Amino acid sequence: MSTTTSASSPLPVLQARGLVKRYGNVTALDGCDFEVLPGEILAVIGDNGAGKSSLIKALSGATVPDEGEILLDGKPVKFRSPLDARAQGIETVYQELAVAPAMSIAENLFLARELVKPGWRGSIFKMIDKRRMLEEATAHMKDLQIGIRSMRQAVETLSGGQRQGVAVARSAAFARHVVILDEPTAALGVKEGNMVLELIRRVRDRGLPVILISHNMPHVFEVADRIHIQRLGRRAALVNTKDVHMSEAVAIMTGAKEADVKAIA
Amino acid sequence: MSTPSAPAGHPRHFSDRLPSLAEVGPLIALVLACAFFISQSSRFLSFQNLSLILQQTMVVAVIAIGQTLIVLTGGIDLSCGMVMAFGSIIMTKFAVTLGLPPAVAILCGIAASTLFGVLNGVLITRIKLPAFIVTLGTLNIAFALTQIYSNAESVSNLPDAIMFFGNTFKLGPADVTYGTVLTLLMYLATWFVLRDTVPGRHLYALGNNAEAARLMGLSSQKILLTVYTLAGAIYGVAALLSVSRTGVGDPQAGQTENLDSITAVVLGGTSLFGGRGSISGTLLGALIVGVFRNGLTLIGVSSVYQVLITGMLVILAVAADKLSHRRG
Amino acid sequence: MNLNSRRLPVARKIVSMCVAASAVWCASASQAADQPVVGLITKTDTNPFFVKMKQGAEAAASKDGAKLITAAGRFDGDNASQVTAIENMMTAGAKAILITPSDTKAIVPSIKKARAAGVMVVALDTPTDPQDATDALFATDNFKAGVLIGKYAKAALNGKPAKIATLDLAPGVSVGVLRHNGFLEGFGVKEGDASIVCSQDTRGDQAKGQTAMENCLQKAPDINVVYTINEPAAAGAYRALKAAGKDKSVMIVSIDGGCEGVRNVKAGSIAATSQQYPLKMASLGVTAGVDYAKTGKKVTGYQDTGVTLITDKPMSGIDSKDTKFGVDNCWGNK
Repeated sequence: MSTTTSASSPLPVLQARGLVKRYGNVTALDGCDFEVLPGEILAVIGDNGAGKSSLIKALSGATVPDEGEILLDGKPVKFRSPLDARAQGIETVYQELAVAPAMSIAENLFLARELVKPGWRGSIFKMIDKRRMLEEATAHMKDLQIGIRSMRQAVETLSGGQRQGVAVARSAAFARHVVILDEPTAALGVKEGNMVLELIRRVRDRGLPVILISHNMPHVFEVADRIHIQRLGRRAALVNTKDVHMSEAVAIMTGAKEADVKAIA
Repeated sequence: MSTPSAPAGHPRHFSDRLPSLAEVGPLIALVLACAFFISQSSRFLSFQNLSLILQQTMVVAVIAIGQTLIVLTGGIDLSCGMVMAFGSIIMTKFAVTLGLPPAVAILCGIAASTLFGVLNGVLITRIKLPAFIVTLGTLNIAFALTQIYSNAESVSNLPDAIMFFGNTFKLGPADVTYGTVLTLLMYLATWFVLRDTVPGRHLYALGNNAEAARLMGLSSQKILLTVYTLAGAIYGVAALLSVSRTGVGDPQAGQTENLDSITAVVLGGTSLFGGRGSISGTLLGALIVGVFRNGLTLIGVSSVYQVLITGMLVILAVAADKLSHRRG
Repeated sequence: MNLNSRRLPVARKIVSMCVAASAVWCASASQAADQPVVGLITKTDTNPFFVKMKQGAEAAASKDGAKLITAAGRFDGDNASQVTAIENMMTAGAKAILITPSDTKAIVPSIKKARAAGVMVVALDTPTDPQDATDALFATDNFKAGVLIGKYAKAALNGKPAKIATLDLAPGVSVGVLRHNGFLEGFGVKEGDASIVCSQDTRGDQAKGQTAMENCLQKAPDINVVYTINEPAAAGAYRALKAAGKDKSVMIVSIDGGCEGVRNVKAGSIAATSQQYPLKMASLGVTAGVDYAKTGKKVTGYQDTGVTLITDKPMSGIDSKDTKFGVDNCWGNK
């Protein structure tokens, strides 16, 4: 499937062309394309085995594709590891959230990136600047309007939705180019799920494009600007959410319906 | 989440975390124990007696520092006592039999214990064997090497310099040993590192959620290797304290310290699952055992009850830890 | 593919292994016919007491022309290793087995099996429970060892009121109980007497002996007699006394007669110690084993291998030898 871009469409923040990834005899990605534009929420949907997670792993640096190229702001990049991707400004929120439950929100926000005190106390003794971390954590959470009273609370005292908020806030605080969210509402109830969707919108509104992997169709249709439909290791369609019905999207996902050429945004 | 009402989950009206049962428990237990013994024996509360308790617990207390660091990462070290004994034999044999200057002999002893720490660390991080199994093996290796090198005989006639930490100075009405001071300083240093520095917090993160630490880019290999090596060095210092207290290099020493150090850690509220606990708790745990041993002797209770009570306290401590987990 | 040619080298290997094995077996069998095989199983092989025992056995074996095979547990109380050792020694053709049982009850079934197969089993140092589970027992009379130092302590006190501390082994271990009770009997007091002001366990360990003494002194600063289960515990007790400034005024008595302990008697930190003779136990055992292999005559009953009071300050009416004798006859590194 080719992607037609009109002359006025902006340069994709993150783009991939012809990704191939094989695991032994299994071809997970079979010439997969991808793009996410600035200021958008792009949902990635696909059935089990479609290559969704392999695509995201390649984009977040967790795996190295066998063939194909990835472009960040138009420039080709190679991610050797998730740290590498992070260093280049791509933050990923994993399904397991990657938080240390016994530690405070502030500590989790700055996990592995702690702020140290200035001068010799920071450089020689590596003393943590707890006050600054608290202040900045409070500011980040406030910015995203996440209503948790104290950054000193242990993450394990938070509800599922709040923990998700912490993980999302962490990625938003450090991402420079794009935030990838892997099934952020999967484990949440209705109310908390909606709160997370609201949070995702705020991240987008602050200027960070969001890649949202989800199998929750109502959520996808509620929050995503465009939808990347993954099938059989390739991008089956890339549609504007407004232009397609949920049932159509599901049909393309399962292969019941071939995508209309016109439907590619 | 945009509503300012109390967040779903546990209602919290304090900006700080409430201290958990596991944190306050050891202090309460120690205070209660002391109160009990004060009421039962007029000799308990003298400066001399309290100073004695510190001297009696300092070897286990120092070993327990290393054990605490390891348990915080979710591991365990069954070899600590034997590694200490090995270090003490190297130290004393080098000074007495080989005639090396005391400072050199001491450094060699600490280095020997550190090497065992490195061995533990490498086997756990490179070969990826579980800590329990690895340290069970090094326990036996350290024990055997100690017996072989010492020929199962203790080393005496030590030069005075080696026994420096057994010397006392007057603090008010009490005689305090330098070893006690060193022990407390080591606890302070460890407390500072664990609470206020980046490596300390990384250690907690690794123990609390190893997968999260890995995903965020922390190197568990580096952290674990550092922790086990550091613990080995700490056991070497414990060897020096042991030698200065007993005046001999004893190849039979350290056999009960393996489990005693774990007891101190558990009584202190540190979770054996890793990621939770404090070094101050360990000191309290070691003191609790020492207080009971001393107090029960003062009131004439047979030794076997000391063992019984310690066992009951351990179970209480682990149960309290488990219960305080349920909050999360 | 010629299977035969593939199998042939393997078959050759197996055959040559069988030949070698049977050669070895024949050789050892023929050795057994000439040389009586005696087995020695100790509790551990790191305690100098057992090291000395092994040395005594080896010396006696070479003198008597016997072949000695040895084994030990990994720690005090390791019964399983001793059971395995008995089985292995029987397979190796031992006619007699000498054993210091780690678990005096649990080892009895294995000993029964060995005796039923015609092996003579002699207990050394520690009796089995029951004692007649073995053909014979060569041991120190631990009770008598305690009595000797109890009598000595009483005499050395010279009429002063006694304040006794006992630094014992561990609950229920027969050696510790016998020595403790012997001391009390020799001293002339009953268990629970008011003059016994402190009793603590030490596991025979020096550091624990020091801690126990420190705590006992806190309880009763006027202790003047200290019974210790063995010399390492005594060394620890001495250190505690010295730190409290009481090393000259408090008397320590002990049991074992190891070389280091005798040196402590000479140095004055231990007033008197009952010396026992592990070497003698072992050599008597080996001789008895060789005798049985050659003549079929078993030893029976209890043979006291002797205990001697070692002190440089003898008391009248109590037999003792000085530390020179002690050093000449001690076990451990001289």
